[in-house]
Amino acid sequence: MSRAVLLLAAALFVALLAAAPVALLLDAPYLLFVFQQLAILATAAVGLNLVLGYAGLPAFGHAAFVGIGAYTVGILAAELPGTLFTSAWLQLPLAAVLAGVVAALIGAVSLRTRGVAFLMITLAFGQMLYFAAVALERYGGDDGMILAAPSRLGEQDLSRGVLSYAIAVVVLAVALYVSFRLMRSPFGAVLRGAAANERRMQAVGIAVHRYRIGAFAASGALCGIAGVLLANHTAFISPATLAWTRSVELAVMVLLGGAGTLFGPLFGAAAFVLLEEVFSGVSEHWRIVFGPLLLLIVLAAPGGIAGLLGRQSND
Amino acid sequence: MTLFLEQALNGLQLGVLLFLLSAGLTLVFGVMGIVNLAHGSLYMLGAYFAVTFTAWTGSFVLGAMGALLATVLVGVVLERVAIRGLYNRPHLEQVLGTFGLILFFNEGTRLVFGPAGLSLAPPAWLSGQVTLLPGIVYPSYRLAVLVAGIASAAGLYWLVARTRAGMLLRAAAANRNMAEALGVNSRLLFLAVFALGAALSGLAGILAAPLLTVRVGMGEEVLLLAFVVVVIGGIGSIRGALVAALLIGVIDTLGRAYLPGALRFAFAGPVADAVGPALSSMLIYIAMAVVLVVRPRGLFPTSARTDVAV
Repeated sequence: MSRAVLLLAAALFVALLAAAPVALLLDAPYLLFVFQQLAILATAAVGLNLVLGYAGLPAFGHAAFVGIGAYTVGILAAELPGTLFTSAWLQLPLAAVLAGVVAALIGAVSLRTRGVAFLMITLAFGQMLYFAAVALERYGGDDGMILAAPSRLGEQDLSRGVLSYAIAVVVLAVALYVSFRLMRSPFGAVLRGAAANERRMQAVGIAVHRYRIGAFAASGALCGIAGVLLANHTAFISPATLAWTRSVELAVMVLLGGAGTLFGPLFGAAAFVLLEEVFSGVSEHWRIVFGPLLLLIVLAAPGGIAGLLGRQSND
Repeated sequence: MTLFLEQALNGLQLGVLLFLLSAGLTLVFGVMGIVNLAHGSLYMLGAYFAVTFTAWTGSFVLGAMGALLATVLVGVVLERVAIRGLYNRPHLEQVLGTFGLILFFNEGTRLVFGPAGLSLAPPAWLSGQVTLLPGIVYPSYRLAVLVAGIASAAGLYWLVARTRAGMLLRAAAANRNMAEALGVNSRLLFLAVFALGAALSGLAGILAAPLLTVRVGMGEEVLLLAFVVVVIGGIGSIRGALVAALLIGVIDTLGRAYLPGALRFAFAGPVADAVGPALSSMLIYIAMAVVLVVRPRGLFPTSARTDVAV
């Protein structure tokens, strides 16, 4: 990892930490809102990077796993208010397990295919869960629902405020650490090896398939956790969370930052959220510039931001 | 029974529209190796152009011809300006780049045509109904779509399988370098293939315009369906796209029409009411998963040596 990458990552974390006191001092809750969005999306992007970056699999359905996390919070809050089930201590692991299991199942089927077929299938599975969410009439169907009660954390809860912001930043840091450790482990070595040369890995006698399903589960779980935070952050849950364009946006973040690098997802999420903020402030038709800009970035800087800053090893 | 026949015809008609879309998608991927998310945008543009040109000329046929031409023109410009840079790039980057194009086209369309949905009336001579069998009437326009779709499919088959241009196309798909060494101008050929894809996608949009509300975002909805068709049919296979498109069209239409009712026989009312709509919109994705478990490379897998088959 080059020094510039580490510096940028450190700078971003300083900014994330400084955002809370600055927002309090300036009485600018919106600043905190944007940075919290950034931290949550970065967490999901770190999750997606395990599959998209390290394992080199073009998965485009991860918004569904974020959605599973969000709906877990929403449904528990609506059905079992005031019970143990609205505790963040229960919701976070539950969402992680649910999203992880669904991700593993989707991975198991999708991984039967390769290349572009895999890409299209993960998109389609994401769409399947999107329609499942639309069909939840009891929970608002197409319109979605307002979160009945935020996740509780001891005496406090995860509705807006510095505590929920701090949790989002801590979760992001933990996600990055998990990503770091996973990729330093034999598990990560197999994933990267299989991405580089699948046949060789199989010839060595490694059941690549199982490792990839494992990567899917881990990445789904991280996205599920991000979904729990996202539901609390926006206090609103709707099928739009699972739309395939959201999946593509997550992938855009990963690629923009640098797929397969540790801090790439963080850079990408930061760039995406900040660009969106700046552009949308200028005109409501900002996408007409933002779209071609994405294309230009792909053409000019295929390695993403981390690639531009230079890297020495592939983590 | 009458209703069933009508639904089946609706399914086939959705199927031929899906075929036009997915044939372009599968060709562009098979020959050029490009995953083009903006394919759905060309469908949307075709529909918008059809509405505009029909209003200008006062004739649906003239409007449709103008729209087809305009869509092809957009396709040609698109290939030269944007898609060309994405050849030989990883699929991941192609998806990212063409997603940027979707944002551009959607916002551009909103700027030019306004945010409200538009509608297009079918031409007067097709606005009635025809009696197919005694007691079975069907809207003439929908029948015309079915016929136009089948005619296009036949034309495409003839083009790819029987003409010199089709031969070059298949040669370039099988081995681009070898085809170039033998004197095929692959840049021109790729441009032609992309334009053909744009024409097919635009045609689908034009034909669909009188059947639905023309609005921003209509491209993304059908794009996903076209992906499912391409995957089920076998990537690069035009015959596969045809079979899968008709299959998906019929499954989707009949599923939506009959599945909720059928479930009510099997389960208690509330359960069936909750599960029915969800299951019917998920049906095609379930069908796709089943096909892939049985045949991971689709119904009509193209051989390793040729990326396009008819």
